[in-house]
Amino acid sequence: MERAESPSPPQADRLAPLRSLLRAMIVPVASVVVALVIGAVIISVSGANPLVAYSALFEGGLGSGRAIGRTLEKATPLIFGGLAVSLAFKCGLFNIGAQGQLLLGAVFAAFIGFSLQGLPAVVHIPLALLVGAIMGAAWAAIAGSLKAFTGAHEVITTIMLNFVAFNLTDWLADGPWKDRSPGNIVARTPAVAPEARLPDIAGVPLGMILAVLAAFAVWWLIWRTTIGFELRTVGQNASAAKYAGISVRRMTVLAMVASGFLAGLGGAVETLGVVGRFQPGFNVGLGFQAITIALLARTNPIAVVPASLLIGVMQAGASRMQFNSGVASEIIDVIQAIILFFVAAESIIRWVLRLRAEEGERVTLSSGWGS
Amino acid sequence: MQITGSMARPSAARIPWVTIGVWGGLAILVLVAYARAPQATTAVLTSTIRQSTPIILGALAGIMCERSGVINIGIEGMMLICAFLGFLFNVWTGDLLVATMGALLVGAAVGAFHALMSVTLKVDQIIAGTVINILAVGLTGYFYQQGLTTRGKLSPVSIPVLADIPIIGPVFFSNPPITYASLILIVVIHVLLFRTAWGLRTRAVGEHPAAADTVGIAVNRVRYINVIIGGMLAGLAGAFLTLESVGSFERNMTNGRGFVSLAVMIFGKWTPFGAWGGSLLFGFANALQSQIQFLKNQLPPWLAWIGDLPPQFIGMLPYVLTIAVLAGFVGRARPPAAIGKVYEKE
Repeated sequence: MERAESPSPPQADRLAPLRSLLRAMIVPVASVVVALVIGAVIISVSGANPLVAYSALFEGGLGSGRAIGRTLEKATPLIFGGLAVSLAFKCGLFNIGAQGQLLLGAVFAAFIGFSLQGLPAVVHIPLALLVGAIMGAAWAAIAGSLKAFTGAHEVITTIMLNFVAFNLTDWLADGPWKDRSPGNIVARTPAVAPEARLPDIAGVPLGMILAVLAAFAVWWLIWRTTIGFELRTVGQNASAAKYAGISVRRMTVLAMVASGFLAGLGGAVETLGVVGRFQPGFNVGLGFQAITIALLARTNPIAVVPASLLIGVMQAGASRMQFNSGVASEIIDVIQAIILFFVAAESIIRWVLRLRAEEGERVTLSSGWGS
Repeated sequence: MQITGSMARPSAARIPWVTIGVWGGLAILVLVAYARAPQATTAVLTSTIRQSTPIILGALAGIMCERSGVINIGIEGMMLICAFLGFLFNVWTGDLLVATMGALLVGAAVGAFHALMSVTLKVDQIIAGTVINILAVGLTGYFYQQGLTTRGKLSPVSIPVLADIPIIGPVFFSNPPITYASLILIVVIHVLLFRTAWGLRTRAVGEHPAAADTVGIAVNRVRYINVIIGGMLAGLAGAFLTLESVGSFERNMTNGRGFVSLAVMIFGKWTPFGAWGGSLLFGFANALQSQIQFLKNQLPPWLAWIGDLPPQFIGMLPYVLTIAVLAGFVGRARPPAAIGKVYEKE
């Protein structure tokens, strides 16, 4: 099926894949550039110097070894979130609930991390990661099953589940799993055992390595397995899929479960790798950032990695920008929204660049209420 | 054939026993509660109406858009932007009427932006709404300054005589202006949708745009107008939050109300009165949540455990309710047939 799409003999044009890659990159790259320009206008309007702000932003994200470390740290949960949203999109589902799934993954990874003591790291780390991922999957399964069996649209149910997850994890961290050590008054769990913390491997955080591996795993799942084929078929045309004997319900639940698994894993990785415990108010806004990343990457799992790194640079540099130029770090959210707008409304970018839309390049996304 | 179901006027032939039963039961419950604890009951009911105001306004916004075939996931963001700018207008001018009008205008502009994306630029409508939501969080967060103060908020206006009726008086006839406006708008939009040529056109465009086009209705123009009006309704909901309810702006103060509105719209089968019923339900859940600490001592012993629940569980209630409502009603309600689809002339 996939092979048939590249019919040209290999020796004919060796640069063809490269050229099609470049073509696919034009719209996302142009969107980012235009968004940065509009962001600069907004910064000027509010009375600051955009050049100073942007140079501080990129210096804070890329300027030093520590800055790059911070960028990798910020990008890791974004990769998991972006993969989660991309995977759901492939099945025609819009998972706005990455946030809630991440929270569930985080709080349960923290629970496994602090409640078990004395386990060797090779057991403790995989166990905590797996429990976190499974809880994320279970949380997403609620929305998936509701969609499959009652038709409740996932956009609303996942958002509502986000609010429920905020409250639930807040209660866990302030009630049964609260850090009771003397002197602590805030809602948070105890620190996870040192054996459960993710190590660096050859200088790279294990979380980042897992994120990149996850990107390849998702790519493989979508493009090289039967399940992936069925998932894409449902995403492109649910009635055709049904006609072909694919269970749309099964695929809907499965896609949400896989999506939630990734988001939950992201939460677990963040907890065990960076934070070391669970605290409410953790990674707020990730769900929406994940959507921007998924669309910027045009739901391509491999492209999610560079897209997340880009947003990661902005997040890592935001506080330096605020410090150096006085521009509030929320400008990052504005720029992300503008990126999303241009990626979604790519006809504008194509018109500006005088590009013609190519057949089959459009990414099929979510479905309406009815279907 | 397909069209008849929702194009027909709500028929009087089938008596909605379930609806009558539910509301009748609730009415009896209210009377019993009133007999036991008049003050607390009135407080909860008044709070129910106020809490349901932004939700019914958001649901009406959703109905306006969706009846013409445009999904509007961005109501949450529209509310937030209008709440923010309405508040700023109030800070600058000190005039609540001007501030409310300003919020309406901003709502119209954001609505036009949504129409531009989903009708003209043919962006996936759910993505278009998401753009508005993310933009709203970013822009309001970026331009928000702490410490801004205003000279007050819209205060309740009692209607003489009517306001003195027990229960009904304080609940319905002693409200601030936007709450009254929302109650009136429910009726107005119902009449517009089901009794006027404009409403017929809107529904035709939402159900079968190609057919509407052949009889000379400008499909995209109708959609633009409806989405802009929808934006204004969402704007009024935002104005309610900063100019009538809270009196100041807080980050992300909409707290999912825009999404709850959409659930309520589905619950109400895309009709104004149905949506009102749904929003009262949510208003009630919110009212209980905000009144629970005052009610603790007045609960009968068999309900005392409610007062001891962790606040987070009570905080979940409206959201869990939304999910339950969606799961229970979505299958049985049919959305406008052409929803979410870009109309392109053959």
